[in-house]
Amino acid sequence: MARFLFSRFLQSVIVLLVMSFVIYGLIGLMPGDPIDLMITADPKITAMDAAHLRELYGLDESIIKRYVYWLSAAISGDFGFSRLYAQPVLPVMWSAVLNTIILLGSSFALALLIALPLGIVAAMRARTCLDYGVNMLAFAGISIPQFWLALMLIIVFAVVLGWLPAGGTAAAAGVEGFWENGRYLILPVISLTIASVGTHTRYMRASMIETLRQDYIRTARAKGLSEWQVVIGHALRNAMIPVVTVIALDFGYLFSGALMTETIFSYPGMGKLIFDSIMGNDFNLALIALLFATALTLCGNFLADVAYVALDRRISLAELSE
Amino acid sequence: MMRYLTVVFMLILTALPYTAAKAKDQLVIGITQFPSTFHPNIDSMLAKSYILAMTRRPFTVYDVNWKNICLLCTKLPTMENGLAQRKTTPDGKNGVAVSYTIHPKATWGDGTPVTTKDVMFTWKVGRHKQSGVGNIEFYRSLYKIDPVDEKTFTLHFDKLTFEYNSIGGFNLLPAHLDEKNFADPLSYKNRTAFDTDTTNPGLYFGPFRIDEAIAGSHVVLVPNDTWYGAKPHFKKITVRVIENTAALEANLLSGGIDMIAGELGLTVDQAVNFEKRHGDKFQILYKPGLIYEHIDLNLDNPILADKRVRHALVYAIDREAISQRLFGGRQPVAHTSVNPLDWVYAEDIRQYPYNPKAANRLLDEAGWTARHKGIRYNTKGERLRLEIMTTAGNRSRELVQQVMQSQWKAVGVDVRIKNQPARVFFGKTVTERLYTGLAMYAWISSPESVPRTTLHSGHIPNADNNFAGQNYTGFKNSEMDALLEIIETELDRTKRQKLWHTLQRIYANELPVIPLYFRANPYVIPKWLTGIVPTGHQYPTSHWVEKWKSK
Repeated sequence: MARFLFSRFLQSVIVLLVMSFVIYGLIGLMPGDPIDLMITADPKITAMDAAHLRELYGLDESIIKRYVYWLSAAISGDFGFSRLYAQPVLPVMWSAVLNTIILLGSSFALALLIALPLGIVAAMRARTCLDYGVNMLAFAGISIPQFWLALMLIIVFAVVLGWLPAGGTAAAAGVEGFWENGRYLILPVISLTIASVGTHTRYMRASMIETLRQDYIRTARAKGLSEWQVVIGHALRNAMIPVVTVIALDFGYLFSGALMTETIFSYPGMGKLIFDSIMGNDFNLALIALLFATALTLCGNFLADVAYVALDRRISLAELSE
Repeated sequence: MMRYLTVVFMLILTALPYTAAKAKDQLVIGITQFPSTFHPNIDSMLAKSYILAMTRRPFTVYDVNWKNICLLCTKLPTMENGLAQRKTTPDGKNGVAVSYTIHPKATWGDGTPVTTKDVMFTWKVGRHKQSGVGNIEFYRSLYKIDPVDEKTFTLHFDKLTFEYNSIGGFNLLPAHLDEKNFADPLSYKNRTAFDTDTTNPGLYFGPFRIDEAIAGSHVVLVPNDTWYGAKPHFKKITVRVIENTAALEANLLSGGIDMIAGELGLTVDQAVNFEKRHGDKFQILYKPGLIYEHIDLNLDNPILADKRVRHALVYAIDREAISQRLFGGRQPVAHTSVNPLDWVYAEDIRQYPYNPKAANRLLDEAGWTARHKGIRYNTKGERLRLEIMTTAGNRSRELVQQVMQSQWKAVGVDVRIKNQPARVFFGKTVTERLYTGLAMYAWISSPESVPRTTLHSGHIPNADNNFAGQNYTGFKNSEMDALLEIIETELDRTKRQKLWHTLQRIYANELPVIPLYFRANPYVIPKWLTGIVPTGHQYPTSHWVEKWKSK
């Protein structure tokens, strides 16, 4: 166990270091810096002003030097200031992380609650009308463009029926309370849930069909167990292994936000924050936000490994660390 | 794909009912951008100007008639009233001393009077190289300030220009709150109270103060008890940020917001479509302004170096029809970079109405006579082919580009579209003059803005000057250079107007740039709201927020 933990920790540190350099370098390689954008918008900025501003923001240094400065400061706990929000990076990010956890966490949980039973039922009734119906709904969910779906939800529930707000947060509307906060989440959560239910249903169905073909399932059935007993007691644990991998990968996505949904619903989450920080050359914020998402993906994979062991006793942590 | 979805969305919206507006002592405004800082002198950003204009007042602004007036000062200094005087600087330059008096009742929101102490602190911050304040040229030129008393002071500039009494960019900072944060100038931009304590009433002296600011989401403004002017009508104004314009429209229709600010809202084509569907339920005001859409021509390209080709390119496009069909005629065709609302605008300059015959004649004269499959060739067998670039994803520009491409093809010019993301286009292609033919974008200026950096031959970016300067066309004209040198320092309005007319005449004759139109800002306002008068220049309507009322 200790070996597994140490090995995973070391791997994670290396991955994060490499990723920090790659992300910093990629953002730095993008053409144009904030001062260039300022110049093209305002013909009154002189060349001297531009040079001075570049020096002030450290943009006149090489990308390697800037990265080394950043890394040494980050190691000492100073993650710097966000250029776009004029605040320290961590408070800016935490507020977005919290919003994202609420939004994506709710939709993720809801999607799993719907998708897993649907996938199991579809697998149990493979090639029946029920299976075709579930598949059709799953494909519809996967193929409906999120942008369009979000706008349609706004039109129907906010504009036509007037039941729910068109976007934003309860705080932005100056209202408070659990129900009010919830009202502002309903449409974005539905929009995200519909998009991910299809994918998870398809994974669950495929994995369950594969498992139900195994010899030990045939043995279980031969023992006279009911179909539900076979599925829940014997097939589900093994069928969940590939699904857990997908869920683990989604864990990082959970914290990197949903750009399209957040933009349409004016929801201040991580997706929008990361996009704006990259486009606005906010190196500090972009780096920390992306590294945070990377760290959580690694964390999700770690949890997936632990889940594999719990689901399948034949797998050991020592084996996974090799 | 997105474009079609938006169209479908717009069509569906057509059939939708409109829901009632909110209570009328509160106003919710939708804009598309959140300010990166609330510090009035760091970074220049329209979202920030829009919000801060409700909370503080600059000394001078251009009013709705584009006239320079006092807001925080009591009397506009001029040479005639003696408040401005010519002075020679200690190093022998022709300078000017300008005296202002702060409004006697001006008081910060925490009860501290606005005084010359704040003026001195603002100057100290602005002049410091590490403070991060923009408008560096202004502070470089402002070499001395003499405080006369608590409310009166004299500014000394080392250069006498016609704009000597326009100090709209000199925004006061509260010395009593922010001086301690300036102890370390390098970290000031991160420590300023405007960003660390944004809701402190002592930062504001306008009709409103910021009561809540949630990054990326919204700003809540409430009346400022120490405001010395007319009492504002609204008890609360919320500025909500909704970046997607389709969502902005949906929020307006569902009652989530009351109005869409013209400064940072819909584009003209979106507003024209919105007006067709919901024009009876809202007031929609269009104000052409100082955003000058144009096409830079790379004059190093031998084809474009020929003035006849440049003239032909303008004659070949029907800018009036483009404006009518795509923008409902709301964006007037530009003939030079000077807006017709500017008092220095010249009406008697050469104009280029749609005239394909003239375009064909000029191209023939320029030697592009042979035709193969409709495209012109010269005697050397070279094809008349040019590239046009703009910001990819900007729907209005892409539409205009496609119309122009077909109109140019009709006169035998093969124009290929090669668009790039804004970051690449502005970050590299335009600034380093890497475009080979035509580059379409916009300049934002101010009333009577001298186009020195865009037309003077000393401002052509190249590798030797580290790509400094904004004369991206590579225009070189000695007469224009001389005009640009003297126009700034000519104080006599009649003489200056003549100089401006000459400048516009050269511009229209030489045509280093194809003028397209002046972009208009569409304001979508509820019918119950009165008092919003669009300005068309860089000072937003919110500078007069206390005049906004509900019927």
